[in-house]
Amino acid sequence: MKKSIFGWSVLMAVCFVMTIGSLAWGADDIKIGVIGPMQFTQGEGHWNGATLAAEEINKKGGIQVGNTWLPIKLVKVDSNEFLSVPDATNAMELAISRHKVNFLIGGFRTEAVLVMQDIAMDNKKIFIGCGAAHPKLCSRVKENYDRYKYWFRVTPINSRYLVKVDFILLGMVAKIMAMELKIPKIKVAIVAEKAVWCDPIVGIAQKNLPKMGMEVVGVWRPSPVATDVTAELSAIQSSGAHIIFTSFSSSVGITFAKQWGELQVPAAAVGINVEAQKDGFWAATGGKGNYTLTINTYARVRITDVTIAFFDKYSKRFKGAPNYTAGTYEAVYVLADAIEKADSLDPDKIVKAMEKTKRLGTAGTLVFDKTHDVTWGPGFVTAVGTQWQNGANKCVWPLNWQNITYEGAVPYVIPPWVVAHYKK
Amino acid sequence: MIQNIIINGLINGSIYALLAIGFSLIFGVARIVNIAHTAFYMLAAYFIYVGFHYLGMSPYISMPLSVLAVGLLSIICYKIFIQPIREHEAAVLIATIALAMVIQEALLIAFGGHYLGVPPLVSGYATIAGVKVTYQHFLALSVAVLALFGVWILLMKTKLGLALRSTAQDREVANLMGMNEARVAMVTMGISVMMAGIAGAVVVPLYVLDPHMWMHPLIMMLAIVVLGGLGSIKGSFVGAYIMAFAEVLVVFLIPMGAFLKGSVALSIMILVLLIRPEGLFGVAFEEER
Repeated sequence: MKKSIFGWSVLMAVCFVMTIGSLAWGADDIKIGVIGPMQFTQGEGHWNGATLAAEEINKKGGIQVGNTWLPIKLVKVDSNEFLSVPDATNAMELAISRHKVNFLIGGFRTEAVLVMQDIAMDNKKIFIGCGAAHPKLCSRVKENYDRYKYWFRVTPINSRYLVKVDFILLGMVAKIMAMELKIPKIKVAIVAEKAVWCDPIVGIAQKNLPKMGMEVVGVWRPSPVATDVTAELSAIQSSGAHIIFTSFSSSVGITFAKQWGELQVPAAAVGINVEAQKDGFWAATGGKGNYTLTINTYARVRITDVTIAFFDKYSKRFKGAPNYTAGTYEAVYVLADAIEKADSLDPDKIVKAMEKTKRLGTAGTLVFDKTHDVTWGPGFVTAVGTQWQNGANKCVWPLNWQNITYEGAVPYVIPPWVVAHYKK
Repeated sequence: MIQNIIINGLINGSIYALLAIGFSLIFGVARIVNIAHTAFYMLAAYFIYVGFHYLGMSPYISMPLSVLAVGLLSIICYKIFIQPIREHEAAVLIATIALAMVIQEALLIAFGGHYLGVPPLVSGYATIAGVKVTYQHFLALSVAVLALFGVWILLMKTKLGLALRSTAQDREVANLMGMNEARVAMVTMGISVMMAGIAGAVVVPLYVLDPHMWMHPLIMMLAIVVLGGLGSIKGSFVGAYIMAFAEVLVVFLIPMGAFLKGSVALSIMILVLLIRPEGLFGVAFEEER
C-alpha cells in the first residue's frame, strides 16, 4: 500500500514538473495571432506576409527582450469573417483564451474588425489592423485612448484617403483622355456595388465631379455578387460616358472587367476594383480585364529601398504578388521593433514605443498619427495606382505627382478600343 | 433599350429555364425537392475549370465530360443519400441541403474562396440593332435553347419520356403498369442534374466561379418553380422567362436600383401567388388532395 502511494506521488510529481516545464517553455516565445478569412485571398495575404517577417526575424535569433532572444511563433486564426461575423468574434476569443496569443494582427471586414477590436481591447492585447479601412476603427483611439490605445492600423490607408487617391486617379485619366482624344468635357458613369462602403463615394462623386469639370451621366449600383452586368454596360454605352468610375470589392469586379473588355465598351475603367489588385485577375477575366486601373498598395516599383526586394521575395515564395493584407509583414516588424525598444512584453510600454514608429516600410515610410492610423501623403504611405497592361499589373501612379515618381512606374494607357472609338 | 432588354432577357431566361425544368422534372416524377440541384450546376462549372486549367483539356471536351460526370455523381448520391429515405419528403429535403453544403465546403477546401474563371470559347461581339452582344452569349443562348429542345424531344417523343410523364402523373398506377418506378426516379435524377450541368457549362465562360455561386440561382430557381406551378415543366419554362425579364427590366429602368433586380423578381412571384396560389400552370391544391 505504502509502495503504491509512493509510486503515485512520484508520478504526480513528474507530471507537475513536466507541466511547469512546458509552461515555462511556452513563455519562451512570442505568440502572434494572425487573424483573417484564411480560406480567401485576404487571409492568405495576412498569413503569408506575417510568415515572411517571422521567418526573417527568427533567422536572426528572434526578438531581444533584456538578455533573452525570443522567437516569434505565429498562430493561424481563421475568422471566416467573409461568411459570418459571429465566427470572427469566436475566433478572436479562441485566439486569446485558448491559444493565449500575446499580440494580434489582421482582420478584414470592418463589421467584424469593430467587434474583434473590442474583444482585444477588453483583454488589453495589442491588435494591429491589416485589412479594414473604416476611419471609426482609429477614431475610437482618439475618443477613448485608455481603452483603444492597443489598436494600430498598418494597412490599408483609411477610407477617406482611399477616396482621395481614387479621385486623383480619376482626375489623371480624365486629363489624359481630354488631351489625347480632344474631348472637351469628360462624361463619367459611376458604377459602385451596392455596399455601405460605396455610398459615401457615390455621394462625393456626384457632388465633386461637376466641380472637377466633368459631367455625371448616371449611377449604376449592381449587386456585389452580380454574375452579369451586360445590361448595365449597354446602358452605360448608351449614356455616352468616357470614363467608368468603379467601386468594387467583390466578385462583380471580375464580372464587370470581363464583360467590359469583351464588349469593348468605349469608356476607360478607373477607380477601386479589389479583384484587379490580385494576380488571379488576369486569368479570372481571361485577359479581358486588360487596361483596368485600380488603386493598390503594392506594385513592383521602388516605393522605398525595400519594396522591390520584398515584392520579389514574396512573389517567389508564394507564387503571386502581395496584396494589401500582406502588410502583416510590416505589422510584425513594427511590433518586433517596439518590443525591443520597450525592452519588455508589457503592452503599455510597447504601445508607447509603437507610437514613436518611423519605419522605412515596403509600402512607404510608416508613421502612426495620433489616432494610431497609418499616415498618408507624400513622404509617407501614398498607395499606388496600378493598371493591367498585357498581363502585368503596372504602377501608373504616382508619376510626377507632387514631385513623386516611383521608379519603375509607367504612363497610363487608354484602352485601344476607346482610342479607336473617339479618333474615328 | 428595348433590344437590350429582349436579348439579355432571352439569354438569362434560357439559363434559368434549364435549371428550373430540371428541378421540376425530378420533383414531378419522384417528389424529390433537390436543393443540391444548383450545387451540381456549380460542380459542373468547377469540373470544366479543372479540365481547362489543370488538365489542359479543350473546353469542347471538358464540357460534355463534366455534364456526364455530374450526372453520374448525382446517381451515386441518389443511391446513397436519397433512395433510403425517399418516402420521407422532409428528410429528402434536408439530405439534399446537406449534400449541397458538402459540395460547397469541398470546393472551398479545394479551391479556397478565390474567384475563378474560364475564358470564352468564342471571342468578340456582334452589334444587333445598336446593342453589343458577345458571341459567347449567343453560344450560351443557342446551347440552352438546343438543350431545352432536346429535353422536349426526350419527354414527348421517346419511351423514356413517356415513362417519366406517366410516373409524374401517377406513381402508383405507373408502378402497377409494370414500370420500375425506383429506376425511373434514378434516371430522372441523372437527367435533371445533367440539365443543371449543361447550365453550368453554358455559364462558366460568362460568370465568375466561387464556392457560393449556387445560392443565387437556387433562390431564383425555387421562385420560378413556385411561380410556374410545382412540378409543371411548362410553368418552369414560362416562369424562367418572366423572372429573367423582370430582372433585366429593373437594371435598365432603375439603374440606381440594379441591385434590387432579384427582389423585384421575387415580388412578382409573390404577387402572382396571391392571385393564383397554385402558380401559373400548377394543379390547384384542393384538386390535388
